Amino acid sequence: MTVTKFGLALAGLAFSATAAFAQQPAFKPAVVYDLGGKFDKSFNEGVHTGAEKFKKDAGVEYRDFEPQNDAQREQALRRFARDGFSPIVAVGFSQETALKKVAEEFPKTQFAIIDAVVEKPNVQSIVFKEHEGSFLVGLLAAQASKTGKVGFVGGMDIPLIRKFACGYVQGVKHAKKDAEVFQNMTGTTGAAWNDPVKGGELAKGQIDRGADVIYHAAGGTGVGVLRAAADAGKLGIGVDSNQNGMHPGKVLTSMVKRVDVATYNVFDQAKKGTFKAGLQVLGLKEDGVAWALDDHNKSLITPAMKAAVDKAAADIKSGAIKVHDYMSDSKCPM
Amino acid sequence: MDLGILVTVLDSALRLSIPLLAACLAGLWSERSGVVDIGLEGKMLVAAFASAAGAYVFGSAWTGLLVGIAASVVIGLVHGFASISQRGNQIVSGVAINMLAAGLTAIVGNAWYGQGGRTPPLEGDQRFGGVLFGHSALVYVVLLAVPVTWFVLGHTRFGLRLRAVGENPAAVDTAGISVTGLRYTAVIIAGVLCGLAGAYLSVGQAAGFLPNMTAGRGFIALAALIFAKWRAWPALGACFLFGLLDASANQLQGLSLPGIGEVPVQAIQALPYLMTVILLAGVIGKAIPPRAAGVPYVKER
Repeated sequence: MTVTKFGLALAGLAFSATAAFAQQPAFKPAVVYDLGGKFDKSFNEGVHTGAEKFKKDAGVEYRDFEPQNDAQREQALRRFARDGFSPIVAVGFSQETALKKVAEEFPKTQFAIIDAVVEKPNVQSIVFKEHEGSFLVGLLAAQASKTGKVGFVGGMDIPLIRKFACGYVQGVKHAKKDAEVFQNMTGTTGAAWNDPVKGGELAKGQIDRGADVIYHAAGGTGVGVLRAAADAGKLGIGVDSNQNGMHPGKVLTSMVKRVDVATYNVFDQAKKGTFKAGLQVLGLKEDGVAWALDDHNKSLITPAMKAAVDKAAADIKSGAIKVHDYMSDSKCPM
Repeated sequence: MDLGILVTVLDSALRLSIPLLAACLAGLWSERSGVVDIGLEGKMLVAAFASAAGAYVFGSAWTGLLVGIAASVVIGLVHGFASISQRGNQIVSGVAINMLAAGLTAIVGNAWYGQGGRTPPLEGDQRFGGVLFGHSALVYVVLLAVPVTWFVLGHTRFGLRLRAVGENPAAVDTAGISVTGLRYTAVIIAGVLCGLAGAYLSVGQAAGFLPNMTAGRGFIALAALIFAKWRAWPALGACFLFGLLDASANQLQGLSLPGIGEVPVQAIQALPYLMTVILLAGVIGKAIPPRAAGVPYVKER
C-alpha cells in the first residue's frame, strides 16, 4: 500500500478522528454507481463484480443505486447514510462534491470514493495510476500495429481520461518513436460515457486514417469502439474490466483497473473493523492496474511482446521508467 | 485536407445523418397534416429498443426492424389518440411520450435482460450489414423515402389533401373528406419512419440497445425540420449538413489551426449547435409552419 506524504497527513487526521469510531457503525454495505450504470462492461461493472464477490464470500447483502442524473448522487449517498448503511462506496470522480457534503453530515458513516480524493476523516479515497497501465498497453499496441498508427478514444474530456491518453502515448512512443497516435474524446458531458454509436464512429474515423489498434477509456461508449475495431478486422484494447472476451481474438488486451479488488477490500475492511480513512494510490506495484492476458488474446501476444511489456512493467516498478502523470501538471510531454 | 479524409468525413456524415433524416421526415409527415410531433425522440427510442430486442429474439435484423416499426406506430397512435381524437395538447402529449419512452425502455430492458436496460449484444444476422459502398440497406431505404415523400406530398391527390388538412382542415371537412382519417394516416406514416430511425440506431449503427441511446437526435431532427421549412428535399440537405458538422467535429478534434493553436474539443463539439442557431436566426429567412399545426380540429363550432 503506497501512502504518499499527503496520505500520511490524512492518516494522521484519521487517527485523531478514530475516537468518533469508538462505536463501530453497523455493517451494511452499499454502492452508488457512476452514470455509466453497473453493467457498462467496464469501470462500474468492475465495482459490481467486486461487490458480488464479497456478497458470495461473506454472505452479506449489499444495496446499490444507479443514478440517472447528476443531482441524484447526493440524494442517494444521503439516503444510504441516513438509512444506516456503512461503508458506502461512491464510484467515480464525479461524486467528489456530493460525497464531501454528505461525509460531513454523517461523520460516523464510513465512505470510500474511487477515482477522486475527498479529505474527510471518514472517507477512504482510492485512486489508481492509470498512466502506468496505459503505458503498458500502449507498448503492446505499438508492437502489434502493422501500420505504425494507433488510436485512442476517450469518454468525457476530463483530466482523468487525458491521463489514460498520456500514459498510452508514452508507451506507444517508448516502443516505436515514430508511431502516430490519433486521439479523440467522445464528448464533454456525462452522456459521453454511454454513446456507443459515437464511439464506433470515432473508431471508424481513426481506422480510415490508418489506425489498426485502438484503445478506449470510455465506459459504455467503448462497447462501440471495440465493436467497430472488430468489425473492421482491427484490434481494440479494453479498459477497467477485462474486456478480452467481448470479441475474442479481436481485443489485443485490456488495461485492467482493479476496482473490483478495491471495492472488495473496502467491504472486507469495514466488516473486520480495519477500515481506514485516507488516500490509497494503487499502481503497478500494488497490482492496482495491470494488462490482461487470458485465453482470448493468447495468440495475439507474441513472446517478444510479452518480454518487452514484462520488462517495462519491472522498470516502472523499480522506477527506471518514469511514466508522466498528466494530472500532476495538466501537460503531456509527448 | 486530402481526398482520403474527405471521403472518410462524407462517409461518416452519411451514417450520422440517416437517423436524423428518417426522424425529420416523420416530423414532416405529421406536422404537414397538422399534428405537432415533439415525441420523435421517444418514438425513436422505443423503436430502437424494440428492434434490438426483436432482432435478438428472432435472430434476424429485418424481423427486428418490423418489431421496431410496430412499436413506434403504436406509440404514434397513442399520440394520435390524445391529440386527434381527444383534442389534447399536442406538445404535452409529445413530451409525455418522450418521458414514457426513456423510462419504459430502460425498465423493460432491465426486467427482460438484467443488464441495466441494455439488450444483449447482437451478432451476425441480427444486425444490418453493409450491402452497397459499405452502407446497410436501411440507409438506402431512408434515402429513398425523400423522393417518395416529395412525390406523394406534392404530386398526388392524397398528398394535396394531407397538406390541406394541415393548413385549413375546415375546408377539407367541407369537401367531405375525413380530417381525422387523414391525420391518423400521417401519424402512422410518421411512426413507420421513426421506426426506421430507431432500428438504424440500434441494429444498424450500434449492436444492441442502450438506455437513452438516441441522445437528443429527435430534437436535432425537429430543428432540421424547421430549417428545411417542412419540405422533403431541403430536409435531406439540412440533415446531411447536421451529419456533416457532427462528422467533421469528430475529425477536427486535436487539430491545430495556424495562429490559434489546438482548438478545444468543447468548441468543436458546440459547432453543430452554434450553426443551428446561426442558420435558424439569419440565413434561411422566415420558416412558416403549416397553419393548422398544433391546433386540434373541432368539427362543429
